[in-house]
Amino acid sequence: MDAIMLQEKLVERLLCPRVRTARQKEKQYVGFATLPNQVHRKSVKKGFDFTLMVAGESGMGKSTLVNSLFLTDLYKDRKLLNAEERINQTVEIIKHTVDIEEKGVKLKLTIVDTPGFGDAVNNNECWKPITDYIDQQFEQYFRDESGLNRKNIQDNRVHCCLYFIPPFGHGLRPVDVEFMKALHEKVNIIPLIAKADCLTPNEIKKLKDRIREEIDKFGIKVYQFPECDSDEDEEFKQLDKELKECTPFAVIGSNTVVEARGQRVRGRLYPWGIVEVENQSHCDFVKLRNMLIRSHMHDLKDVTCDVHYENYRAQCIQEMTSKLAQDNRMESPIPILPLSTPDVDTEKLIKMKDEELKRMQEMLNKMQQQMHDKD
Amino acid sequence: LYILFCGGSTLLGYIGIDTIIEQMRKKTMKTGFEFNIMVVGHSGLGKSTLVNTLFKSQVSRKSAGWARDEKIPKTVEIKSVSHVIEEGGVKMKLTVVDTPGFGDQINNDNCWEPISKYINEQFEKFLKEEVNITRKKRIPDTRVHCCIYFISPTGHTLRQLDMEFMKRLSHSVNIIPVIAKADTMTIEERQEFKQRVRKELEMSGIEFYPQKEFDDDMEDKSDNDKIRETMPFAVVGSDKEYQVNNKRVLGRKTAWGIVEVENPNHCEFAQLRDFLIRSHLQDLKEVTHNIHYETYRAKRLNDNGGLHPISTNGTHDSNL
Repeated sequence: MDAIMLQEKLVERLLCPRVRTARQKEKQYVGFATLPNQVHRKSVKKGFDFTLMVAGESGMGKSTLVNSLFLTDLYKDRKLLNAEERINQTVEIIKHTVDIEEKGVKLKLTIVDTPGFGDAVNNNECWKPITDYIDQQFEQYFRDESGLNRKNIQDNRVHCCLYFIPPFGHGLRPVDVEFMKALHEKVNIIPLIAKADCLTPNEIKKLKDRIREEIDKFGIKVYQFPECDSDEDEEFKQLDKELKECTPFAVIGSNTVVEARGQRVRGRLYPWGIVEVENQSHCDFVKLRNMLIRSHMHDLKDVTCDVHYENYRAQCIQEMTSKLAQDNRMESPIPILPLSTPDVDTEKLIKMKDEELKRMQEMLNKMQQQMHDKD
Repeated sequence: LYILFCGGSTLLGYIGIDTIIEQMRKKTMKTGFEFNIMVVGHSGLGKSTLVNTLFKSQVSRKSAGWARDEKIPKTVEIKSVSHVIEEGGVKMKLTVVDTPGFGDQINNDNCWEPISKYINEQFEKFLKEEVNITRKKRIPDTRVHCCIYFISPTGHTLRQLDMEFMKRLSHSVNIIPVIAKADTMTIEERQEFKQRVRKELEMSGIEFYPQKEFDDDMEDKSDNDKIRETMPFAVVGSDKEYQVNNKRVLGRKTAWGIVEVENPNHCEFAQLRDFLIRSHLQDLKEVTHNIHYETYRAKRLNDNGGLHPISTNGTHDSNL
């Protein structure tokens, strides 16, 4: 009797009132419908992480957009190099990490910046440092995953790459096509039309159509929004359809607040009018933010884990096994550690952690023994 | 044209020397002008639209409209289109030289070479005509009088390609840098960007037109100084008209307002037009002829140890 009452109390506390009245009528109720809530509570405690990469030439408004999306000021002390200083600059990878908390939910956001991309006179293979970086994160995760101590794996894999296409062209340029083709099987690419406030609505439409056409033509696999479940309501389906037809998003960012229509909003003040970043009739910023943060953040992570990472892993394993076969050794079905030897530091760490585990195990055994003796 | 005045003596009666100005004017109106303008910048910066807006007629290569299925050419091409336009009885043969493909590739090394080659070829053509034994009355002038270089409005600094191009060509042609699609930047951003660009150009020793060294006198210098302080002009081009305050204006209509091309509070198109066409058109031609062309000619003379005039009949190219 007690158990059943306890169960019902649990159901009451965790489920929302609407569902509760329906459920209370059922007799053979188990209670695992509360699982999503349990998962929710655990993840809220643990916190989320998300790694976002921004790529595109200098001056496309990448930093401003990131600041607008996450309401931060990550690039306060950035110094712009002049053209002479940039002559022999290569593409760099710079990471900024910021912890954001909202309504009790913690997000550890990492922004991977790629200054120098596309800025030189000769931009041959300027995406190589970027693909190398992404592969490195996959490799590190692969090693950690195959390692002995998997408790504290750090997930540094890039979950999403926002690629900024200049609004000045007539579609994709050769460098855009090559970049996206080099990365579309390693990371979720979301192409954006940058600085969209210099285009009229007609021009935006033409450019979007052109870009979508060229993405098809060149076989570029950009991030696809997952299909709506058939049991979603019509409004949601309509929104989802609009979202899909709106890509690539034409965005505007701003670090400044202006006064428009009696309100203080993020925007840009021109002599001929005020552009409001969050006004849906001005640009697609809101759509991008909602999609990136409010609805598809989790899916982006899933696709990274399930598709891009798995592709990398399969490829890696294949290479390793073919190498093993070449060396005339027995094929190992599941390689536990990659062939390269881990460095001394990680070995030490692993040893330490193992000893700690042993000690804790012994303590646990002692405690159990004590309890047993007491009874 | 110099008119000498004898100190002190008064002229008895009216001679009519001053009518020579009118005679010159009439003659030039009959013969007409030639003006050759080149536009350089990577694809999509509004070069053709700007030229059409400047001359208020469809004079550029792409006069068919915006939606074009043009592929980016693999190498830089030089395409020139000529039109004769007339205003107030004055005829002008305007040639617009477009350079599609510039800066559009992944590897843009040396993409300025076809342009440099074209400019030198026009000098060469003129030189050949000049050294002929029997010279034409009016040598057809295809030399590039002015090269408008379109800077991408990134808001940061000049791009490396911009520096390379201007460094290499500022000594063969008058370069007028403009900031394209200036409606991307707010007024503040525009001023900061311009300052940075001017500073970078100065630091690299790149002289754009009007070059300081060619200022004739103090009056020129002060006029040109003012212009140099405002350059590069931040421009917006358009071939569409809208109604604003009961006037038809050229502009771009966005969801938050209409950018008026000829409104000096919106962009500097009007300044560019006045500078290029209404005040410095003749000077551009003169600097091209007296300075850039002469530099080329002197170099050619020195390289070949002297030029021999060639007759129009024989195709003797051995001396040139």
